[in-house]
Amino acid sequence: MSNLLEIKGVSKSFGPVDVLDRVDLIVAPGEVVGLVGDNGAGKSTLMKIVTGMYSADAGGITLNGEDIFHHTPGERRRMGIEMIYQDLALARQQDVAANIFLGREPTRSVLGMRFVDRATMRRDAQAMIDRLGARLPAINRPVGSFSGGQQQSVAIARALTFNPKVVIMDEPTAALAVREVQGVLDLIRQLKSEGIGVILISHRLNDVLSVTDRIVVLHHGRASANLTTAKTSMAEVVSAIVGGGDMAEAAAHEARG
Amino acid sequence: MTSTAPTKQGPAPNLWTRTHGALIERLHIRLESLIVLFVLATTMAILSPYFLSVSNFMNILLATSTIGVLAIAATFVLSSGGLDLSLGSVMGLSGVVGAAVAVKLGAPTPVAVVATIAAGAAAGLVNGLIITRAFVPAFIVTLGMLGIARGMALVISDGRVIYGLPKAMVYLGQGRPMGIPMPVIIFLVTAVVMHILLAYTRYGRHTLAIGDNENAARTAGINIERHRLTLYTLSGALSGLAGLLFATRINSGDPTAGMTYELTAITAAIIGGTNLFGGRGSILGTMIGALIMGVLQNGLNLLAVQSYYQQMAIGIVLVLAVFIDQWQVRKESRV
Repeated sequence: MSNLLEIKGVSKSFGPVDVLDRVDLIVAPGEVVGLVGDNGAGKSTLMKIVTGMYSADAGGITLNGEDIFHHTPGERRRMGIEMIYQDLALARQQDVAANIFLGREPTRSVLGMRFVDRATMRRDAQAMIDRLGARLPAINRPVGSFSGGQQQSVAIARALTFNPKVVIMDEPTAALAVREVQGVLDLIRQLKSEGIGVILISHRLNDVLSVTDRIVVLHHGRASANLTTAKTSMAEVVSAIVGGGDMAEAAAHEARG
Repeated sequence: MTSTAPTKQGPAPNLWTRTHGALIERLHIRLESLIVLFVLATTMAILSPYFLSVSNFMNILLATSTIGVLAIAATFVLSSGGLDLSLGSVMGLSGVVGAAVAVKLGAPTPVAVVATIAAGAAAGLVNGLIITRAFVPAFIVTLGMLGIARGMALVISDGRVIYGLPKAMVYLGQGRPMGIPMPVIIFLVTAVVMHILLAYTRYGRHTLAIGDNENAARTAGINIERHRLTLYTLSGALSGLAGLLFATRINSGDPTAGMTYELTAITAAIIGGTNLFGGRGSILGTMIGALIMGVLQNGLNLLAVQSYYQQMAIGIVLVLAVFIDQWQVRKESRV
């Protein structure tokens, strides 16, 4: 069993709307899988099912062979599934350390009572920020006072602090400057080299083609294509996203960026 | 090409900014509220010769203790992004329940004390259950409880004040070990415990996180519904404690006790720096806020201002405090 994360036949409908229809997706250790598709294709819903925020109507999800279908978001996170949300999901009035350790604060015991170990939190948060090479004005400031790129560094640090096995990134480069985009792509390659599985959701197909091993295309809630990045082309990916046909023109437009 | 100026650090933070930052970071309070308290106390000292005395200081603390306990409850609920309008009514109900258990049922003091606080906690639990399980907004649920608890207090007491609490119970309200009124001691101990709970435990951190960004807290694996349920129960229990302090101080269960106290309590929490919309709050700040309200009421009493005007003053302070807060937020977001 060499697969890290296995999603098998996952279906989900909201009322009469079928959002996902028997979707399969597999991630091996150290594999970077691109998840692409048009708006409303079901990418975010699928990832929320993986993190446990939504429950699927049918199908199965395993992590390292263990069935996690009925696990809560907290349990899945403890088992090593981390997600970096497009809106970053930061508590903007709390400081960097509070955000990185939210829900997993280290404690120390004083007279039999457990208190949050702020010194450890601050030290470990600083170490993580340094490791990422991120530049933050101050670690004890509310993250809402930071720039978009800086806030994203905090969100990334939060996802990487607890030795994740799978990291899901939802549009991590959408709001970033060019130099920052390179930083995120380098980070993805680094995670890959450490044996971490990465799922990258992005509309920027150039980024997806440059950093992934495979590309899974969702179209109307179905996994319509599963492409090996080295053997595919912009034209093929775009064609799968929009549902077939010759898309040379559109692909050329995408390739120009 | 114009030569770019060498990258310059911003101006060194001035004394105000540095002091302010340190206070907020270490003590979780706002410098402005301390200054308001100081200016208010100085003004009162100038206007009234009776203001600056040890006995008057104790009076202020004694009057602040009931409101202060309610303000602590308000701080927890508000900083989690919630609202509890039933504080005053639940306080009244708890006092009546405690007095009825002690006087009508003749229960020993410890039982009556537990019953008082349990009555408040039960009302809070009902609030929390309806908010988290039936998804009725907190504003409506606690507004409803404001009416229900007050009505229950009147029903249980038959609309009459229940007199004659046991002596041991009255000691909690009127005792003065080492010259310090018991309610003041209970209030200060409660404040210290609740400050530690909010600032130094995972429970407190999660409370602020839920109020800051509910979605972030949910993705962090925090059980938001269960947390909210405990918060409203805690708020009710603290209202019960306030009811106990008040009833034992006046040696009776008064079904009209605590009327409009939620106004003063929420005002104290907000001028102490609690964010009306959640995510920020501190018990030390709320203590200062409660003291501001206490000094204001005490000063207006000493100046023989009719008590009707005091209600107006509190209402004005509340709106003014939120206005200043919003004004600062707008100013900062323009930069």
